[in-house]
Amino acid sequence: MHLPAWRFGKPYESIERTTLVHFLSGEPVAEVSQVGGALVGRDLGKAARAREALLAFEPEDIVERLQTAGNLYAHGTLSVGGTPQSPADFVRQQSATTGLPESLCRANMQKNLFVLSNMDRMLDALSRGLPPEILWKGWGREQRGVVVSYQAQAPVLGLVLPSNSPGVHTLWLPVIALGVGLVMKPGGQEPWTPYRMAAAMVEAGIPAECIGLYPGATDVGAAILASCRRSMIFGSAKTVEQYRGNPRVQVHGPGFSKILIGDDCVDDWERHLDLMAESVAANSGRGCINTSAIWASRHTEAIAAALAERLGPIPVKPPDDPDAKLAAFTVPGAAKAIWGQIEAGLKAPGVSHATAPYGERFVEGERCGWLRPVVAHCDSPDSEIAKAEYMFPFVAVVRCPQEQWLERIGPTLVATAVTDDAALQARLADCTDIDRLNLGPIPTTRLDWLQPHEGNIIDFLYRSRALQVPAPAAAATA
Amino acid sequence: MASPSSVADKPPVFAVATPAAVAEARTALDAHVVEMMAWHFHESTGCPFWLDYARSLPFDPLKDVKGFADLRKFPPFEDEWLRGGPVRRWVPKGLADKPMYVFETGGTTGVPKSRVNHRDFRTDYEMFSDTLPEEFFPRGANWLMLGPSGPRRLRLSIEHLAQHRGGICFCVDLDPRWVIKLIQKGWMEHLEAYKQHCIDQAITILTAGHDVKCMFTTPKLLESLALALEKRGTTIHKMGITGIFSGGTEFTPQWTRFAVEELLDGAYMTPTYGNTLMGLAASRPVIPADGYTIAYYAPQPRAVIEVVDFDDPDAVVPYGGTGRVRLTTLTHETFIPGFLERDEGERELPYAKYPWDGISGVRPFRALAASTTVGVY
Repeated sequence: MHLPAWRFGKPYESIERTTLVHFLSGEPVAEVSQVGGALVGRDLGKAARAREALLAFEPEDIVERLQTAGNLYAHGTLSVGGTPQSPADFVRQQSATTGLPESLCRANMQKNLFVLSNMDRMLDALSRGLPPEILWKGWGREQRGVVVSYQAQAPVLGLVLPSNSPGVHTLWLPVIALGVGLVMKPGGQEPWTPYRMAAAMVEAGIPAECIGLYPGATDVGAAILASCRRSMIFGSAKTVEQYRGNPRVQVHGPGFSKILIGDDCVDDWERHLDLMAESVAANSGRGCINTSAIWASRHTEAIAAALAERLGPIPVKPPDDPDAKLAAFTVPGAAKAIWGQIEAGLKAPGVSHATAPYGERFVEGERCGWLRPVVAHCDSPDSEIAKAEYMFPFVAVVRCPQEQWLERIGPTLVATAVTDDAALQARLADCTDIDRLNLGPIPTTRLDWLQPHEGNIIDFLYRSRALQVPAPAAAATA
Repeated sequence: MASPSSVADKPPVFAVATPAAVAEARTALDAHVVEMMAWHFHESTGCPFWLDYARSLPFDPLKDVKGFADLRKFPPFEDEWLRGGPVRRWVPKGLADKPMYVFETGGTTGVPKSRVNHRDFRTDYEMFSDTLPEEFFPRGANWLMLGPSGPRRLRLSIEHLAQHRGGICFCVDLDPRWVIKLIQKGWMEHLEAYKQHCIDQAITILTAGHDVKCMFTTPKLLESLALALEKRGTTIHKMGITGIFSGGTEFTPQWTRFAVEELLDGAYMTPTYGNTLMGLAASRPVIPADGYTIAYYAPQPRAVIEVVDFDDPDAVVPYGGTGRVRLTTLTHETFIPGFLERDEGERELPYAKYPWDGISGVRPFRALAASTTVGVY
């Protein structure tokens, strides 16, 4: 199987290819064409055509086609790189090159399907009920009778996608429905979702010329970021720092998501063990929305011990085992290096390792490695490991007086606040370190798709600005 | 995980050198080596560094080196020796009264490596000039040097090449050390702005009526120039450029194919591989039938490239095999035996025009690649 680049609808087979291999057997799974940054830069010179192609359709028509695409993506056999690919093929291929268990690949497929199937409701929620034609035309009259203008800031959204979790793709699925094209650099190990999704969209009647797929090295990412007026990049804390304050780039890095158990509820902590376990370990702990720290002012050692008892025994299983819950680290040496870092962190003063009684955490394979869940207990938020996040089920249970939380929690993508204390809820609602706030026992991994995630994509792609027309013309648009 | 896949083995589509031609070239190389030993290790002509170094050797280069193979007797050359002074220790006594240049390489941080030159760079580029097709590099045409300037050999070499061919060379300022610092600092916007600044200078020259037909540039600047011109509704070829001489380790078959198909608009491009220590290696014609393979041949006998085993630098890999670049420079101005370069590639069969080993697929040496910042100039 060969995945060519997709130059706004035209397949392009590069002389340079990488071979994706099965993480266990080393067997080749697919070849992927590799292109250079200049080729992307050249194509992006014609990016305006992508939006023009979309605007030739009615917005409702595009939404319907996306819903069809969702169905094809989840259930159809699609031609991907000229090869028929069934949903089962897709799951096997994705698991083979990412190390994610097949059951988790299937679960992520369902997430993407859900988003595409509910695109009309999502758009309505994200746009706060804005008539979709306003995004198409750039201005129009709202239901309340006011002329509003939303100006597209870019004809395409550039995406530098990661390999770590197929779940992140839900973020860009609404873009086409907003009248904006897609230019993607697929993750090196996970080209599968972008390719299958693009195939499903084109099959469903989305114009092929509004999607670009450019697999390649870092220069492709650099070209996308340099040439697209709006881009999304997924990366490390360093990447986040590099693009901080750049209005053209929305950067998604570590989440440092947390569960905060208020003083009013912490004596009943056992009631919330399911919530904590799911938040830490769902999707093999790979996401930025997985909980990496649980904060409380007391009972933290008991919480850590109970969580360790729940998560510690989770074994490494073959990827096709329906009970497999742990993904492999497919980059050689990665799991070992991470474990070395964690081991050092666990030796720090005030830190203890709650999962120690449940066997070795680092499991070495022939071509890959696994890390079994780790629960650390920290006497205070001062230790390094209290601020860590890793791509597997890892959590630090941190003892910290409630009155110190807000000044000490730092950036938090998702915070679940288990508290009925209205004053604490109000302070958390005001805390700008927190992005998504769950008031009540909702797992950090459970997303309400009708809410914006890491900023509203419409605010990123469109600018609400003033537009005035003489009264008769305004009336005519009504 | 991903691993690079190689182009499938196939019979050569280029004219492979005859065994007789290869043997003749080898004989000439051996004779040249003996001549160079007599020059570099004679008290009256050698440079202070080598004369001093020879005293520590367990053999006598004047008597015991009878051909290229005997250069293996020298321990590997360490390029660290080229850092710092006094620079005169590298000037052969036989050239002591000649005007000297010093050219630098690296130097983003710390003391750069340097090589003295009297007229080696002129000789190298005059020889290279003979490989350029007249049709695309017409005599008398003016040149544009869109590449690194400052204390670099390339800047003067291109100007000399233009002059040697009867033309005048226009230049831009480009500081590659600043470029590398921008990359290391992650200041990508500044990097883009600096690149744009260089491209703007180039476009100003190309639009000023100077009848520039030939150009040196690096692959990345060629891309940027072509894309900038495309935005203006024109191309490199339409701006009057017929021949481009380009250099850098970033050349890949795919990049070359992309350039030929989408950037050059019919202008001719010849890739080269070179550096301050070696000089300049010309390439075999790069053609679609050869999978856009870029194979370089050193200017033997003045310089020799060998592709050697990663673990045993004295063992040359089989044809088609992958190994590290081992460089030997043998001119009256410079003697560098068996220097392990920071590049790797595949060993290529001798070509009719250059009847000695070549190298293709040149790229940064894998063990060093992670710590090497490839510039974008």
